[in-house]
Amino acid sequence: MTALEASGSGEGPVAAAKAAGAGPKPLSPYSSHRRDTARKWIEILVFVGPAVALFLTFVIYPVASAARFSLYKWNGIKQFSEAEFIGFENYARALWGGNDPATKDAFMSSYTEPFWTAVGHNMLIVVLSMAIQLPLALLVALTLNRKFPMRNGVRLIIFAPYVLSEVIAGIMWLIIFDPNGIATQLSEATGFPKPAGGWFEDTTWGIWTVFFIVTWKYLGLAIILFLAGLSGVPQELQEAASIDGASWWQVQRRINIPLIGPTIRIWAFLSIIGSIQLFDMVWVLNRGGTVGQYSTIATFMMQVGYFRKDVGFGSAVAVIMFALSFVVAIAYMLLILRKDNSDNKVEA
Amino acid sequence: MAHMRRMAAFAALAASSALVLAACTGTDDPTTGPSGGNTGGEKEPVTITWWHNAVAGDSGENTLGDFWQKVADDFTADNPHVTIQIEQIQNEDLQRTRIPTALQSGDAPDMFQQWGGGEMAAQAEAGYLMDVSDILADDIARLGGSVGPWQADGKTYGLPFQFAVEGIWYRKSLFEKAGITSEPTTFDELNAAVQKLKDAGITPIAVGASDKWPAAHWWYNFALQACSQDVIKNLGSFDFSDPCFIKAGEDLQKFIDTKPFQNDYMSTVAQTGATSSAGLVANGNAAMELMGQWNFFVYQGFTDGSDEGIAALLDDLDWFPVPGVGGGQGDPTAALGGGDGFSCYVDAPVECAEFLAYIVSDEVQSEFAEVVGGMPVAPGAASSVAHPINQEIAAAASSAAYVQLWLDTDLGPNVGGALNDGIVTIFAGTGGPQAVVDAVVAAAATE
Repeated sequence: MTALEASGSGEGPVAAAKAAGAGPKPLSPYSSHRRDTARKWIEILVFVGPAVALFLTFVIYPVASAARFSLYKWNGIKQFSEAEFIGFENYARALWGGNDPATKDAFMSSYTEPFWTAVGHNMLIVVLSMAIQLPLALLVALTLNRKFPMRNGVRLIIFAPYVLSEVIAGIMWLIIFDPNGIATQLSEATGFPKPAGGWFEDTTWGIWTVFFIVTWKYLGLAIILFLAGLSGVPQELQEAASIDGASWWQVQRRINIPLIGPTIRIWAFLSIIGSIQLFDMVWVLNRGGTVGQYSTIATFMMQVGYFRKDVGFGSAVAVIMFALSFVVAIAYMLLILRKDNSDNKVEA
Repeated sequence: MAHMRRMAAFAALAASSALVLAACTGTDDPTTGPSGGNTGGEKEPVTITWWHNAVAGDSGENTLGDFWQKVADDFTADNPHVTIQIEQIQNEDLQRTRIPTALQSGDAPDMFQQWGGGEMAAQAEAGYLMDVSDILADDIARLGGSVGPWQADGKTYGLPFQFAVEGIWYRKSLFEKAGITSEPTTFDELNAAVQKLKDAGITPIAVGASDKWPAAHWWYNFALQACSQDVIKNLGSFDFSDPCFIKAGEDLQKFIDTKPFQNDYMSTVAQTGATSSAGLVANGNAAMELMGQWNFFVYQGFTDGSDEGIAALLDDLDWFPVPGVGGGQGDPTAALGGGDGFSCYVDAPVECAEFLAYIVSDEVQSEFAEVVGGMPVAPGAASSVAHPINQEIAAAASSAAYVQLWLDTDLGPNVGGALNDGIVTIFAGTGGPQAVVDAVVAAAATE
């Protein structure tokens, strides 16, 4: 807004001069000002309008529609105008089995438990990302943060999974973990136990197989981000520490890691939001599992809302997921990223 | 849900078939059909838009799509005032996205693919479908019982052009190797055959439980045997209180406990790749599979596509109806089946119904069987079914006590989907007979 205002007022005198030159009568300062304002708004409209229109049509309107659908009982077949308004019943069905004692038990086992199972899977992936992906990516980034032959080649290889399309990568892993695939042959050859119910479909280990794939897919992004952060750490600090007798580990612990803190915190933010909204990879790997072994909120929403055409309920789940992401994002901004932002302000 | 395989089926056919679409004589005037009274000449020009699911396969051939084009051309040649605009749309897109959206918008195609059952009933209830009960009364009578799934509340909202029952496909050579001399006719015989196959080191039955519906079809068959016809026919009212539904789950549980299926069946899909259930049977790695008639084509897709390869496979392939379980209230000869049809949009011109009548006329149905290899609905076209296995399937349908539509299609996407989700919990070992009933009761409560 400030940038626009600045550009608008910057153009003002030129426009006024042109207008004065062209018009037979000199304009009063007042109407010139008004013309400037109008011109500014036209500029805003022309430049921002199309983007705002697209945003309203394809983001705000669908989100608002989902919020509206979530208050109705609607099968997606009949006209929405004939759908029955049921208030927050869809939310109640997802969160605590609904308010009707007659159907509460049935809803608990068919909707509420699968929903919370899916939420649990999302949360597990959030926690595991922080507990496993973060140290792993940090370790690799710190190790690679030096000059060695083929450095760019190694970085490229590490980043390659992230560049691959989710669907291609998913199908690749489906083939690898096929009942008669490479992973099975490998487990038979090495004696490494294979999950009894199948790599993906085992009710205990399926989610771990999926987490392994998700880690493989997204670790590259973390490493590249951390490497970029590390390249911004002044060389002099590390040299000074070395001269003072600090070990390699002490240099990392006391200088490099603290200095790339903002990068790590931003990565964690992206990772948490991505984990809550995790969908495409899990969907390609058989839609969250035949009985929801590795379901996520998004795959549960698709299963019930789209394939079973329980559109109102699916919309409610979508809104819950949106709200969850939103609350987590705001909380993270306020509690963790605020420090980074205020630091920047002090520096500037 | 139970229809994704058809494209694969026709793709396989397209790849394997060198049949040319030139055999039609087309001498009959279609307008002398049941709609009657078409004097021709001074009709207002009308355009019929038509959405169907016959898209080209991997090889680029589209036998069914070409056939529909020819049917449309023949019809418009005899009815010059009619123009037919065809749009071929991939099956899942068509069923899940395109048709529902078009119906919502009020700008729907005049004629579109219709799978019958619960989803069609919901479309009819919303007032989207043309009631053809009266205009096509003669055709409905001629086609007989297979129109049932395209009827709701005593009215007919579409007509099938294809219908077939499911049964168990098997490899004759593997049966021989295991010392099985005759097709099982009871479940005890099936269990004995499973044991013999296991003793011979052969995987007895392949099931694509990862896709859910192939596993669910086992439960459907147990339910069909456990429940009386009245209970099954009353499923549309979502009454699952009869204990026979629990018995169906228990019978399934008992059957699964005998370990008749391949290893890792929860990770096995139905049709894609050599490790799919169809691939296992087609490559001789499993002896049996419970599947619909479309697998006649799906199996052929696993050959090298040569005439000899297909002939060798079909020589070793055979089919028998699902054996009776016994001890239930159902008729052991009742069969499950499904098919494809078309509906007319409520605002479509009457020519749409006339064209529908033409599609199910004896001569088009005969051609459909001969050229495309489909399973016609019109009794007059039954003699055009060529392959012995398909003839056997047709005979099983006509000798069945009654034919029930796939339960998931019958119940519609919501309750039918919940049913399938409940059934796979038995296969996965995470649920049980009661979980299936609970799942459908819960879904029915949301309707």
